[in-house]
Amino acid sequence: MEPLAPISKIAEWGPNGLIVAAGLLGVGFGFVLERAGFGNAKTLAGQWYGYNFAVLRVMFTAIVVAMVGLFGLHYLGVVDLSLVYVNETFIWPQLVGGLIFGMGFAIGQYCPGTAVVACATGKIDAMVFMGGFFLGLILFFFSYDGLEKFYLSGDMGRVLVPDWLGIPAGVVVFLVVAIALGAFALTHVLDRRFAAKQLHRSPRAESRGEVAS
Amino acid sequence: MAEPIPAPVEAAPPVEIAPEPVPIPSGVEGTPLVPSEVEGTPLVPSEVEGPAPSPGAEVRPEAQPYWNSYKAGIALGLVLLAAFVFTGRGLGASGAVTRMAAYSIQKVEASLHGGTAAEGDTIAKKNTYTGQYLKGPADPLDDFLVYMFVGVVVGGFISGVLARRASFEVSHGPHSNVSRRLMFAALGGVVSAYGARLARGCTSGQALTGGATLALGSWVFMLAVFAGGYAIAYFVRKEWI
Repeated sequence: MEPLAPISKIAEWGPNGLIVAAGLLGVGFGFVLERAGFGNAKTLAGQWYGYNFAVLRVMFTAIVVAMVGLFGLHYLGVVDLSLVYVNETFIWPQLVGGLIFGMGFAIGQYCPGTAVVACATGKIDAMVFMGGFFLGLILFFFSYDGLEKFYLSGDMGRVLVPDWLGIPAGVVVFLVVAIALGAFALTHVLDRRFAAKQLHRSPRAESRGEVAS
Repeated sequence: MAEPIPAPVEAAPPVEIAPEPVPIPSGVEGTPLVPSEVEGTPLVPSEVEGPAPSPGAEVRPEAQPYWNSYKAGIALGLVLLAAFVFTGRGLGASGAVTRMAAYSIQKVEASLHGGTAAEGDTIAKKNTYTGQYLKGPADPLDDFLVYMFVGVVVGGFISGVLARRASFEVSHGPHSNVSRRLMFAALGGVVSAYGARLARGCTSGQALTGGATLALGSWVFMLAVFAGGYAIAYFVRKEWI
């Protein structure tokens, strides 16, 4: 069967169709981020200090759902994967950029998407974060000439993990699902440990004679 | 500043006229009616299911609790899948802000030099990075990600208002304070912007979208984000725990 999707490309949508789609997808994206608790820095900070693993759970669940859906529809012939945008790999700047970004995330406890949602619900720390983000962008723009060589290094083009490993995409999809399930199980073990520690500390719990194992 | 003035101006007055939580009838075994009120102590530690009691929920007593993380994750995954199926693209956030920053520099500079006539020869246009958005005839803000950005603001606002979570406030840890929190938020913004540009994307454009398409560089980025975050978290722990 002929692929039906990406619909905008197969059906040759004009710019207005894409604008409407982008806006609606954004509404869904912002709504879900807020529902997940990501409009509040305290939820996000929980990831680093072990009191709330919502970041890992939400992110990996979303990746698994979208990945299984995308590759499933590809195998069924519904989606033409070659028409779906895949981030190009520039391995070194992505590695270093990721490390720097992660540090910024843990210092500021927002990332751009979550900060936008937090701004939309009035969080002043998120507005300040976005101000800092703006400044960081300007710093990047004006230091770009010196960075360009590094920015363009490690160019591997459009390369998927299965291509790189030389194994079928289905196997990688399966492995990612397995790793995600393992990571979820681990976070629940850590939750229990954290809860036990909290009970231990709480004088109220001690007075009730509840001593955590 | 590029970020739109957040909409919740009217929705925000801290109306605290909501009735006090109903006192618990004395017969009931001290179980709070509103589970989110528990101060960090999970109700049933042995059966932790779903997200740990969300510390954010204590800010406003009448705010609804957040969704279970797996429910939110499935919903987010379906939004991302819809993006792939309908548009062949994923989700993104930092790209729009980058365009807005480039556009703002251009506008500010041109206005300092006498309006639109001066737009032909600005630093922003000559800059190798911002030039790519500004040199052509296309409007730098007429972009998929910019329209998505507007949607994210609207969607976040709708959700926050419906769940009574929209209010002007500063989130910070119990041993921190407002000014420290704002200082760290600003610093985190600067650092993460630099990292996001170097990596060509952020949590949504790289980790989420690239992760789901199994892009190699995006997985490297994602693992690096967690590594960088855990590496620095210890040093700033006093802000949160």
